[in-house]
Amino acid sequence: MAAFTLSVNGQSHTVEAPPDMPLLWVLRDRLQLTGTKFGCGQGLCGACTVHLAGAPTRSCVTPVSAVGTQRITTIEGLDPHGAHPLQRAWIETDVAQCGYCQTGQIMTAAALLAKHPKPTDRDIDAAMGENVCRCGTYLRIREAIHRAAGQRKGVTP
Amino acid sequence: MSTTRRDFLKTTGSLTLAFCLPLELKGAAAQAPEPAFQPNGMLRIDPDGSVTIWATRTEMGQGVRTSMSMVVAEELEADWSKVKVLQASTAPRFGDLGVTGGSQTTLSTTMALRKVGAQAREMLLQAAADTWGVAKAECVAREGQIRHASTKRNLAYGDLVARAGRLTPPPEPPLKAPKDFRILGKDARRVDGPDLVTGRAQFATDLHLPGMLVASIERCPVFGGKVKSFDASAALKVPGVKQVLEVSSGVAVFAEDTWAAFAGREALKVQWDEGPAAKVDSAALRRQFEARLKTPGKVVRQEGDAAQALPKAAKRIKATYDAPFLAHATMEPMVAVADVKPGRCMIWAPTQAPGMALPAVEKITGLKADQIEIQVTLAGGGFGRRAMADFIADAVECSKAVGAPVKAQWTRPDDFQHDGYRPATLHELEAGLDAQGRPVAWRHRFVGPSIAASNHFPWPPEATELAGAADLAYAIPNLHVEWGQSDTPVPIWFWRAVPASFNPFVTESFLDELAHAAGKDPLDFRLANLPKGPKKLGKDTFDPARYRAVLKLAAAKAGWRTRKLPKGWGRGIAAHAYLDCGTYVAQVAEVEAKAGGGIRVHRVVCAVDCGMVLNPGNVKAQMEGGIAFGLSAALYDEITLKDGRVTADSFSDHPILLLPSMPKVEVHIVPSDLPPGGVGEPGLPPLAPAVANAVFAATGKRLRSLPLLPPALRKA
Repeated sequence: MAAFTLSVNGQSHTVEAPPDMPLLWVLRDRLQLTGTKFGCGQGLCGACTVHLAGAPTRSCVTPVSAVGTQRITTIEGLDPHGAHPLQRAWIETDVAQCGYCQTGQIMTAAALLAKHPKPTDRDIDAAMGENVCRCGTYLRIREAIHRAAGQRKGVTP
Repeated sequence: MSTTRRDFLKTTGSLTLAFCLPLELKGAAAQAPEPAFQPNGMLRIDPDGSVTIWATRTEMGQGVRTSMSMVVAEELEADWSKVKVLQASTAPRFGDLGVTGGSQTTLSTTMALRKVGAQAREMLLQAAADTWGVAKAECVAREGQIRHASTKRNLAYGDLVARAGRLTPPPEPPLKAPKDFRILGKDARRVDGPDLVTGRAQFATDLHLPGMLVASIERCPVFGGKVKSFDASAALKVPGVKQVLEVSSGVAVFAEDTWAAFAGREALKVQWDEGPAAKVDSAALRRQFEARLKTPGKVVRQEGDAAQALPKAAKRIKATYDAPFLAHATMEPMVAVADVKPGRCMIWAPTQAPGMALPAVEKITGLKADQIEIQVTLAGGGFGRRAMADFIADAVECSKAVGAPVKAQWTRPDDFQHDGYRPATLHELEAGLDAQGRPVAWRHRFVGPSIAASNHFPWPPEATELAGAADLAYAIPNLHVEWGQSDTPVPIWFWRAVPASFNPFVTESFLDELAHAAGKDPLDFRLANLPKGPKKLGKDTFDPARYRAVLKLAAAKAGWRTRKLPKGWGRGIAAHAYLDCGTYVAQVAEVEAKAGGGIRVHRVVCAVDCGMVLNPGNVKAQMEGGIAFGLSAALYDEITLKDGRVTADSFSDHPILLLPSMPKVEVHIVPSDLPPGGVGEPGLPPLAPAVANAVFAATGKRLRSLPLLPPALRKA
């Protein structure tokens, strides 16, 4: 065990954890930030996506010891009121089915919009192309991203 | 056809008449604030006018929490914006929660839910009439208020709760005419949407109880294998690991947190007695099916005499089809939380079938059903998997063993390797055409394991395997369908659409073969060979008019006869009447066939007739989801076995369809005033045959084996 001081959603937290403990489990089991989901533990599904210094990161394969002082943003900290344009667009587009993957989808999309405020379908394919949604809400994810970007074109669900 | 399954899924009792509670950690203890109005178990109106509805089915993405509440709110004349939805539990006073599956919720609960809302509305009307001293007939309920038009008086529901609560619920309240619906039939967003996009929504895996341990269980990689011995010394040295114990399903590592439990498992050494299933592999199972296919099975449909008619046919066509075992791969790996105490067991689980889990819990704990309470949580995907009781039994056994609350958390490899899989099947078909290209004989023999038999359900073994085969829609004078049981050591279970996930692939593809052999357009061939009128198939009635209508609508919207496709593309059509839940679906797929066997599905046009539509937005979402789920299975998915082990243990060797491969989907709903039917499963069955038929149209190559892509190209 070692002590790590992490910057999570603008707040500083000191946690005791083994250095190889993935950030996912620090967030979920130490800080009770359970909006970040465990989907595979292998970095393959994207349900655990958080932002590390603004970059979308698979927290299930990121050891806590590798985080350092980088700012961590989780779904709980994406917007103080849970009203990020993507969160609003997700509700308006009625994207979620079971919803389990959607926080990871939104975090991945938020990093995309931060880089490409008006993403093309190709940008969306590239950014969102490795986030699994078993319910198959992909068309609405695409639509909601366009909607949040203020573009109503794109695929109609 | 599989009416036994439907009977099994039907709710057994009326809606609970007791007081219900939301998912909460202390269980069903608290009383409602007085003087709330609770005309029955799943509905409460508070003095502030807020309406609480308890959903008695499990939400796993199919939208039942929203649609069930819409039905109650419609008859109640509630203000939809003031409706809050909570989840019922298995506490005895809540009644039977049934099984959430088989696309049965809408079909089996809508009338009862309408009555729940209507009873409350009538009582509120009476309470207002009594207050004003006017006739009830002069009062009107609308959006959370009772109005008396002639005197322009209004009373909010919240102001009537005390008075209404003293009245007796009318046994047969009048129901609204569908033309007066204000909530049903219009798009309503998911009630859970805001919680799901902010991370506030609580799944079972998100629960944390005081003093709770996390258990992770190492299971024998071979089905049915047993622990021979284990060495926990290294595991116990992992910081946070508390105990290591043998349990029924393997060896459990108990730890303070999830990562410690996983790390402890890595360090654990177990010797297994792998048992007889260690020799099982996919090639051997294939040989077993091939041998079984050579011997007669049980005749499950017979009309005319196919054996006599086939030799006389002008043209005979024969083919072999197969479909693999499949995993459910829900996004939330299996998980449950249990707290077993003397005389009491609390469980929090994303279960589709709480009642089916109770016997296992009773057996483990020695408690009676009324000492056990299962709080049903949101499920991170279900697709049938979560009707199994194994993951609940894990948590209960672990909690009992350590005398503390336990979260039994499966990993992704656990989830892939210890599923109840969709059964694999092998099919042989032969059909004959007359000189005019009309189908005169159809013989279909298929073999595979039985879900009913494998799981000791009290039904005939074929009951779970026939939909899409024995209920063939087409009018062929000589028809013979046979199913041969060929059980394997591979555990099998219900998977979205059950046998309609493979049989329609076979029958709708083979029918396409007949159309091409007859030189007919596949749409025309289908339309020309349907029965003239409704036809009894088992306990269900097939309505060719509905089947024809979805075929024609999908074809028209897809531009079947008009739209020019780019070079290398093909278009295919398929349909399936999901008689079990009263829904008919046809789909047209537009596919680009690439060099080397690649397949890109660009567009799917879907027509659905699910009877009266409760929430059109949700019908569309479920069709989109069924198409995505079906496309993943059609293109990539297969569970194979080697040395008794499932070879896949991650999303990289079992890819799931990803966003860039999702085709454009257009859903068209046939307006109907027939009873509302299910939509969770029916979007899936036509997809694989529509795609395979489109590939044939593009390439002239008939794909008869699922998944359709060659192994090297199975990358999502």
